[in-house]
Formats: sequence, structure tokens, C-alpha cells
Amino acid sequence: MQNIKKTWIPYLLIAPSVIFLALLFLLPLIQTIWLAVSEGGAPSLANLRTMAGDLNFRLAIRNTFLLALAVVPVQIVIALAMGSMVAKVDGGRETILWVWTIPLGISDLAAGLLWLSILQNSGYLNSLLFSFGLIERQANWLSYQTPIALFFAIAVAEIWRGTAIVMVIIVAGLNQVPKEFREAAEVFGAGPWTRFFRITLPLIKPALQSALILRTVLAFEVFAVVYALGGTNMPVLVGEAYTWQNQNQNYGVAAAYAVLIMVISLAATLVYLKAVRVDPERLP
Amino acid sequence: MTAAQPSNFGSARKMLLWSGIAALCAWVLVPIYLVALGAFGGRSGVYQWPKSILPTGISLEPFLLFLRTEGVAGAFLNSLGAAAVTVVLSVLIGAPAGYALARYDFRGKDSFRLLVLLTRAFPLAILALPLTVSFIRIGLYDTVIGVGLVHTILALPFAALVTQGIFMGVPRELEEAAWVFGCSRPQAFFRIVAPLALPGLAATAVFAFVISWNEVFAASVLTVRNRTLTAYLLTVLSESPLHYRFAGGLLLILPSVIFIFAVRRYLFAIWGISSK
Repeated sequence: MQNIKKTWIPYLLIAPSVIFLALLFLLPLIQTIWLAVSEGGAPSLANLRTMAGDLNFRLAIRNTFLLALAVVPVQIVIALAMGSMVAKVDGGRETILWVWTIPLGISDLAAGLLWLSILQNSGYLNSLLFSFGLIERQANWLSYQTPIALFFAIAVAEIWRGTAIVMVIIVAGLNQVPKEFREAAEVFGAGPWTRFFRITLPLIKPALQSALILRTVLAFEVFAVVYALGGTNMPVLVGEAYTWQNQNQNYGVAAAYAVLIMVISLAATLVYLKAVRVDPERLP
Repeated sequence: MTAAQPSNFGSARKMLLWSGIAALCAWVLVPIYLVALGAFGGRSGVYQWPKSILPTGISLEPFLLFLRTEGVAGAFLNSLGAAAVTVVLSVLIGAPAGYALARYDFRGKDSFRLLVLLTRAFPLAILALPLTVSFIRIGLYDTVIGVGLVHTILALPFAALVTQGIFMGVPRELEEAAWVFGCSRPQAFFRIVAPLALPGLAATAVFAFVISWNEVFAASVLTVRNRTLTAYLLTVLSESPLHYRFAGGLLLILPSVIFIFAVRRYLFAIWGISSK
């Protein structure tokens, strides 16, 4: 009796989650795909064709990919640097980590607005350049006439905001690496760089993998930072989906963009799962 | 001479280390300070040229003026409401699942974990697009509850995985001892396990709050009149003056920074768990 009762308990406990995920994750997922590949209830590639024929389509794809390529590696490097630095600190460790995690609680919209205060025409960057005599009047960084400057502005804001989450995952991973491993390597004469590349890095692979997946999926979702800094001057994929949904009221094309973004995110996840293979045998 | 050499070398390294740390702290803090100057500087502050990074000519007045702007207070309350729905739902639904994953072996456990992990590979907020149609049909469109439901999809997988780790941290023996002493399973859970897991559960709740509070896309797609703060700011972005945008940015930042401060002790433990 007790046993029969027991086997029911876990299913009862996960039932709400399963129902919730089915209704608000799997169902909308299927709906999105159907919306993208149908027209008036019949299968059709019209939405995909409209999307691919849109003026902004190629630009949005290019910008989104370039942003992800520019932002994610820099975030990983800064986060690794932060993790290695803080490991050498004894006093004030908690305060330093808190300061570095602040952007974790800040939305992409707020991060965009923050950097807007620095990069706008009468902002702090121009003031600084002016005081050094590098510019004579206010330079414009965020217009459609300065696409490269705008791209860098958005990349900087994204790096500023998104590094915190990578850092937290990597520091959590570093905390699990036993000190003895590094000490043993030191005894055997390994220098700091060798220790880092041969001992630390392989051991935090799982953390690195989840940080890469999380950040890359988020990088393909970039949207509010772009809007806050450049309005519609730099098209990105999610921004296009938003425009088709809210301004053009064309749910089909918006769904086509959504499917495209999901396919890209899934592909990136699979690539990371394969490329950063985690060997459970070699973990501490 | 020879003895001084290594210690000099060591202190130079230390200097380098601390300047690196200081530079990265400044990199995080200075933009926040500057947007605060913008928020408190008002219209005259925005067009001041060249700007000084010293807090000159600032007052609370411009920020209060922004708070009194039509729509801001309502949007603030809507954001709080949606975040409250997200917190309650993701903990109430996610924690039992986390408990099941931590304590039981059952058929389908791996498939369930896979389903939860699968959500990570998807840009979930985008699923708000088809939900517009169904939400209009069932009357959830443009409501705080509707937004909270969608934000719960973002927070739920996180809550389930984190609470799994938290419950695994509570020794099973304590619970079994309570059964031996005549507690029923629910009694044992609420008297023994829940109090021990409470700090971790509170941290999970705070994260659910932050996830909902900061979400822009789904909130903007699913609301028209009952905008959350992020959705409101996004839609008025192009027509509002710069100092209003900075004030909005600051208002968005404040609550989440306070909350991250409150759970700073749990940050690394939680992410260690949830990224396994």
C-alpha cells in the first residue's frame, strides 16, 4: 500500500510543471511553427518568403550574428579574468563579486539607456573627447549614418550587461575546482599560464559550456539594447519580429522570424554541446 | 638585495591585480552613476556641454517629475504585479518539481529533466508572439496576469532546477527521522524540510522577481493599455526627452540592484547548481 502510494507522489509533484510547460511552452512552440508555415489555415511558405524578401532581412541576420560573434567571446574572456583575479583576493572578495554581479539584475533596456547617457551627442564620451581636444564639436555615434560606431556602442552595452551572468557561472565552476589540483601542478613546476590552460580550463568545461549556451541564446535575442541606443537604425532579428507583430500586425511573418531565431539558437546549442564536450570521467 | 627582489616583484603583481579589479569595478559602477546624474540633472543637465562628471546642478525634482508623469506609476505597479504573479507561480509550481527530482527516482525523470533543460535552448520570450492570439480569446491579453504567466515560463525551469539543488542540500535523514517520530510526509516537509530550505527558496523567489521585472519583449507584445514599466518605457522611448529616458532607466535599475544585493550570498551557489 505504502509503495503504491509512494510511486504516485513524484508524478503528483511534477504534474503542475508538466501541464504548465505543455500549455505555455510546447503548445506556443507548435503554434509559432504552424503560424510561420501556413496562410489562412493551409500550409504555405508565403510568410517565409515575405520574411526573406524583406529589405531588412539580410541586415538583421548579419547584425545579429556579428553582434553575437563580437560579444560572446569578449564576455567569456572578461569573466575568466574576473574569476582568476578574485581567486587571488582574500579580503573584500564578497564586495568585489557583488559589484561585478550588479549588471545581472539590470534589464537590457536599462543597460541601453545607461549607455545612452554616455554616448548621446552631449553625453560623457563626447565631453571627454572634447576636453582632450580630440573632437571640436559633438560627434554623433548612434545614427544610421554611423553604423560601425552604433554597432560598437550596442556591443559595449551588451558586454557591460551580459558579462555578469557568465562571471557568476564561471566563478561557481571555479569554486568547485579543488585547490590541491593547482597546488600539485605548481609543485611540478607548471607556470601560471600552464596551470590555467592545462588544469583550470579543462576542469571548468561544464560551467563554460552552460555559460556559452546561455549567453549565445541570449545574444540572438538582442533587442531592447538596440532600440534604446539606436531606435530602428540597426535592424536585428527580434526587433524585426517585434515590428511585424506590433506595427504591421502581421503575426505570420513575426512567427517566421521567431522560428528562424529558434532554429539558430538550437543550432548554436548543439554546436556547443558537441564542441565543448564534457567528459564526466575527468571531473573532480 | 636578493631578498628584496621577490617581494618587490610580488607587490608589483599585487598592484597589477588590484588595479585590474578596480578598473573592472569602475567599468560596472561608472555608467550607473552617470545615468543617475542624467536622471537627477533634468532638462538643463542633458544639454549642458561639455559635461562634468561631478554632480553639479542635480536635484530630486526632475526624477519626481518623471514619477508623476502619466502612466509611470501605473506601469510601475503593473511591473510589480506581473513580478508577484511570476514569483508565486514559479515557486509554487517549480518547488514541488524540484523536490520530486531531489528525493524520488521515478520513470520519466530523465525525460522531465530534459523537458526542463530544453527550454534553455529556446528564446522563450519569443513564444509570446502566438500567445497573443490565444490570450485575446481567453481574455488574458493586456492583463498583468497574462504577462506574469508568460514570465513564469522563463522563471519556472530555473526554479525547478535550483530548488532541486536546495532540497538535495537538506539531509534526507532528518526527514526520515521525522517520519519515524510520527510525522506524516506533508508534516515532515513543512516542519523540517521547508524551514531549512527557506533561505534558498527566498533567493529563488528573488530571481523570479528579477527575471520578470527586467523582461521587455513579451511584456511589450502582450500589453497595450496595462503596460509594465519595461513595455511602457520601450513604447514611449522615441518620443520622450532624454532626461525622462535616463530617469526611466534608473527606476528600472533600482529594485533589481537592491534585490541582487539581498541574495548576493546565494548567487554563486545557485548558479553552480542551475548550470550543472
